[in-house]
Amino acid sequence: MRCCRSCSAHWIFDVYSTTKSATSVQDVVIEMKHVSTSFGAHVVHTDVNLQVRQAEVFALIGGSGSGKSTLLREMILLQRPNAGEVHVLSSDLAHLDDMQAMALRRRWGVMFQHGGLFSSLTITENVGLPLREHTDLGDSLIDEIAAWKLSMAGLAPEVGAQYPSELSGGMMKRASLARALALDPELLFLDEPTAGLDPVSADGVDQLILKQRDIFGLTIVMITHDLDLLWQVADRVAVLAEGTVQACGSMLELLNMDNPAVKQFFDGPRARAAQQQAGAQHNVQVANAAEGSSSKPK
Amino acid sequence: MNSPQVACVTRPTPNTLVLSGYWIALHIGSAQTQLESLHATAVATVTADAAGIEALDTVGAWLLNKHLLTLRSAGAMVTLHGLRPAFATLLSVVEQGANELAEHPPARAVKSSSALERIGKSTSETLEEVVALLSFVGESAIAFAGCLTHPARFRWRPILFNIRSAGFDALPIVGLLSFLLGIVVAYQEADQLRQYGANIFVADLVGLSMLREFAPLIAAIIIAGRSGSAYAAQIGTMAVTEEIDAMRTMGIAPLELLVLPKVIALVIALPLLTVFADVLGVFGGMIMASTQLGVSFGEFMDRLVKAVSITSYWVGIGKAPVFAAIIAVVGCFQGFRTRGGADSVGTHTTRSVVQSIFLVIVADALLSVVFSALDL
Repeated sequence: MRCCRSCSAHWIFDVYSTTKSATSVQDVVIEMKHVSTSFGAHVVHTDVNLQVRQAEVFALIGGSGSGKSTLLREMILLQRPNAGEVHVLSSDLAHLDDMQAMALRRRWGVMFQHGGLFSSLTITENVGLPLREHTDLGDSLIDEIAAWKLSMAGLAPEVGAQYPSELSGGMMKRASLARALALDPELLFLDEPTAGLDPVSADGVDQLILKQRDIFGLTIVMITHDLDLLWQVADRVAVLAEGTVQACGSMLELLNMDNPAVKQFFDGPRARAAQQQAGAQHNVQVANAAEGSSSKPK
Repeated sequence: MNSPQVACVTRPTPNTLVLSGYWIALHIGSAQTQLESLHATAVATVTADAAGIEALDTVGAWLLNKHLLTLRSAGAMVTLHGLRPAFATLLSVVEQGANELAEHPPARAVKSSSALERIGKSTSETLEEVVALLSFVGESAIAFAGCLTHPARFRWRPILFNIRSAGFDALPIVGLLSFLLGIVVAYQEADQLRQYGANIFVADLVGLSMLREFAPLIAAIIIAGRSGSAYAAQIGTMAVTEEIDAMRTMGIAPLELLVLPKVIALVIALPLLTVFADVLGVFGGMIMASTQLGVSFGEFMDRLVKAVSITSYWVGIGKAPVFAAIIAVVGCFQGFRTRGGADSVGTHTTRSVVQSIFLVIVADALLSVVFSALDL
């Protein structure tokens, strides 16, 4: 899997050969330095520093009102921080002209919490919209590609002709993911990808995210409260509290920290259940790996 | 690197295909047309050289796969070589996806219906809507009757709030427009009257037309655009966000909370706005009469009192509650019919304004017939 990931990363670099040298040296896709944000007297971030690396699944967690969504909006050019620097795909977001901003926006996909699907368009039209806007492909080809992206997102073919209001929450999220992936982004932002879903649909979304990452070598930044998603999918997790990043690392690393803001995610029955499940799967994987290595010694 | 990043495909001999460049969504358009032009000749074997492909994404891979399939279905043996391993992985993913899609083709868009079918559909929809409007009026009337028997169920706070927002806040715009209307009416009449030396009759014309027709109509039309649309949009958005369902499950009747206060408030506010429009309209006429026809304010008022009976005044005011009920009921009705999303809210808001203005003018015509039959 690791090999596959780095290879896919390779072709993405080739696509944007102009930025190749800059990005591949750093291997950092998003960098936030000393970001602070406030709305009037209400201070959201005081000093946020974080880095997202190439082809990893990076999760942002924190309590309600800790400014996760604000941070995400600052990464995708929907909001400007009051101070600090945000670099995404080696562009400084503070100094972009309109053309550069447009070009940058085509290189990422965003899946919004409530889907953000256009209610006047069918699902197929929604997914095909970025292609229709930004490429000169024929309509029938766009429809074919949209139908394929929908099936990749795990939706039945007949869903394509429906309107967003006719879909269930889980289907909306899948359709929204299909649209976010329409232009093959290098970077995918997910806002609460499993919130409000039943466990089966949520598991489906977990698998979907991993599959997309493995096939296309995407870098994924997500906001989530879903402990299963954090244990199963996230490579690194940043905990946001009191206006700063309290801790950043894999779930196992966070588990051993004493910080109370971090601790709360590991206490409580839900947290322990998710952890145990992840642990069990991890053990199976380790066992499999051990078996594999014993049969084929290097 | 070649600076224009385009996808390129050439066929130097019938049996070879050379693919090169950037096969990505943003630059693929040219290759699509090139590929289509290449389909012409059918051969037994084709060797595709993909070593020149610098970049490939899902759209490029889809197009490439589609072309290979076309060649294969035409009977050619196609071998692809030189593709980078990462691209080959992607191509196999696409191939798999295309096969799955071919097995379960997506539902085609509904075919366009004939003119006759469309006429029939819109007729039956209109009839259904008329019936629904009537039943909504009936339900509102029942809710109102229920409140009359238990006056404590009237919600005074929203009623007062609606009187302020739909009535008091609309004073400036209603006043300004009826003032301008008065000026226009007097100005148009001035020329005609001057020819006959009948200058003083400007008071009759302005007074009658403003009090009987223009003031109630202009007030109703402004309120339909201003408040009727707001009612439809508010209730429509609440329907979309399940707030109405929430109310029902809590045992709060949406009609009592949302519709009755609006109807009652508008029935109170619109006659008052009409009086205000009367005053400002006649005032506009007076100003024009004195500047254009030399009729002083005093003469104008003397004539107005003699020429315009109190009945005309009451006829104008009397229409206002009818108009108010139409506007509020249609606005709320369209709000409740909203289903789905933002798009539907827009459609129903538009409909509420169009239908309420239409019905207001129809009601005005009917009332004119009734009043003339009663010799008022």
